Amino acid sequence: MIFTSLFETAWHALTTHRMRSFLTMLGMVIGVAAVILMLAIGQGAQAMVRSSIESMGSNLFIIMSGAVSSGGARVATGDAPSLTFDDADAIRDLPDIMASAPVSPGGAQLIYGGVNWNTSVYGTTPDYAVVRNWSMASGSFFSDADVRRGARVAVIGGVVARELFGDEDPVGKIIRIKQAPFEVIGVLASKGQSLDGRDQDDTVLVPISSAQQKIFSNTLRNRARFIMVQAVSEKRMDAAEASINDLLRSRHRIGLGQDDDFTVRNLTALAETAASTTRIMSLLLGAIAAISLVVGGIGIMNIMLVSVTERTREIGIRMAIGARRRDVLWQFLIEALTLSLIGCGIGLLFGIGGAWLVERLAGLPVAVTPASVLMAVGVSFLIGVFFGFYPARRAAGLDPIDALRSQ
Amino acid sequence: MTTPGAPLIEVENLEKDYPTGAGVFQALRGVSLRIAEGEFVAIMGASGSGKSTFMNLLGCLDRPTRGSYHLDGQDVGRLSSDQLAALRNREIGFVFQGFNLLPKLTALDNVALPLMYAGIGREARRRQAQAMLERVGLGERSHHTPLQLSGGQQQRVAIARALATRPRIIFADEPTGNLDSETSRQVMDLFSQLNREEGITLVLVTHEADIAAYARRCIRFQDGRVIEDVAQAEVAA
Repeated sequence: MIFTSLFETAWHALTTHRMRSFLTMLGMVIGVAAVILMLAIGQGAQAMVRSSIESMGSNLFIIMSGAVSSGGARVATGDAPSLTFDDADAIRDLPDIMASAPVSPGGAQLIYGGVNWNTSVYGTTPDYAVVRNWSMASGSFFSDADVRRGARVAVIGGVVARELFGDEDPVGKIIRIKQAPFEVIGVLASKGQSLDGRDQDDTVLVPISSAQQKIFSNTLRNRARFIMVQAVSEKRMDAAEASINDLLRSRHRIGLGQDDDFTVRNLTALAETAASTTRIMSLLLGAIAAISLVVGGIGIMNIMLVSVTERTREIGIRMAIGARRRDVLWQFLIEALTLSLIGCGIGLLFGIGGAWLVERLAGLPVAVTPASVLMAVGVSFLIGVFFGFYPARRAAGLDPIDALRSQ
Repeated sequence: MTTPGAPLIEVENLEKDYPTGAGVFQALRGVSLRIAEGEFVAIMGASGSGKSTFMNLLGCLDRPTRGSYHLDGQDVGRLSSDQLAALRNREIGFVFQGFNLLPKLTALDNVALPLMYAGIGREARRRQAQAMLERVGLGERSHHTPLQLSGGQQQRVAIARALATRPRIIFADEPTGNLDSETSRQVMDLFSQLNREEGITLVLVTHEADIAAYARRCIRFQDGRVIEDVAQAEVAA
């Protein structure tokens, strides 16, 4: 028998019972739309985490002032700045360390002309650009000499450049940070959102010495809230962590049994945890959606069984005039497949439209990938075959005489 | 084509048992007969006499419990169900008492259906189906569905469908059972014409003597056996 005839027959049968076909398809539509939407949300989250991790820099540690617990009572890390600039320099000299930058963070108001903007200001050293793998969009980063002499120079992020300068070139301009004038010497390349959802381009970097003298008016000179450290390679991460701990304990004269006054965190490991968390969340969302797809498939099987029972006489007539068992099998299988694939097509439209709406209205990042579309089509096809096969086989297995006699 | 007079249908000691709650019911108890190509045979008998069972066996819809059935020299008992389906499609046309048209399809699509199973393309089968509808005098009604047609018209559509693949035999099971006497006469005239002009072998099951009178041979069944097999003069139309 000719395949186009099978589709014609299936199409005719489905259009004869429009309402029933529509309701049967609805299960598939909802299932596919749910799968596409959930995968889009999950993969969007994964893509965001991935790009955040890439923008963070690789093989990173963050060493924070203060202990996780002190004398049995938990205190906030960074409560007592115990880390010094010299600690950072000493860490850089360790064998497994590539770069080490002390950081003194804070917030400040920037003013340029009549425009002002509140942002986070980081006092740090040129190593920070190395650690964060941060390149320049224009101009240059400040130098160690700038740090030593407390130069009033600043490197600004893309958001700050846009907000303060608009289309103007910021390099060479003077801005005021907490009233102190600083010369903008560079603009950072864009990095986008960080893992904790902050916009990394909304920032200003200045020499740590200048930050403490002119902006934060810290009483604790030469001390850093945290030190960002990059190890030479992923393999040396553990060795690096151990040697940092040893070095700091001896520099801070911490005896055996005494608590550390600093905390070393492996940021790369944390990021990987975040990535695997989103991966699991994404899988979970997909799995829940897949259940509705299976329910849609059961709906198809249910209706196909009803249809076979109702059309027993038709099957008998078709057999009498020469339909082979496999012709009948194909007829019903293709009907089920047509239902599931049309349902899948409509579901795809709803899923992709829904993903677009989620991005627009809820601001969540979504990603409808060709792989997830292919998977939805593939699974719908399999569902059509799987749940269509049993009813179709029942139809094909009918005895022509019994079928003809049925009313 | 077989030589004239050679048996198209040849059955030998045909038996058919049906299992029932009370044991085995023997619907056919050893039927042997031959039907030559071009014959017009009426099969008569009371209900339960085995005539419908016999018809189903001849029509390759069912298989005998014992005995042999050769259709055009082919041993039907040895064929697979797909081969039987192909045989029904190619060699046999059915006309039923209840017409058995597919209600959602037009007359044209109903007639084209056997051609679809014969593997003929859409355009060719529509053309051939239209020609068959014209042959039975319904060329104007090809796009009506069965419900829009009278009983006599529906039966003529069914006959056109039976003729669609140009089979050599038509089995008609009480074809006039649901029709009034005037349309019955029209349908029987059509059958006679097909037999006379195109040499189609006709086997007709009926319990009405005036319908059986159209045939030139009458076989009478009783209790699963043939009790009478006589030639008869053709009714003057």
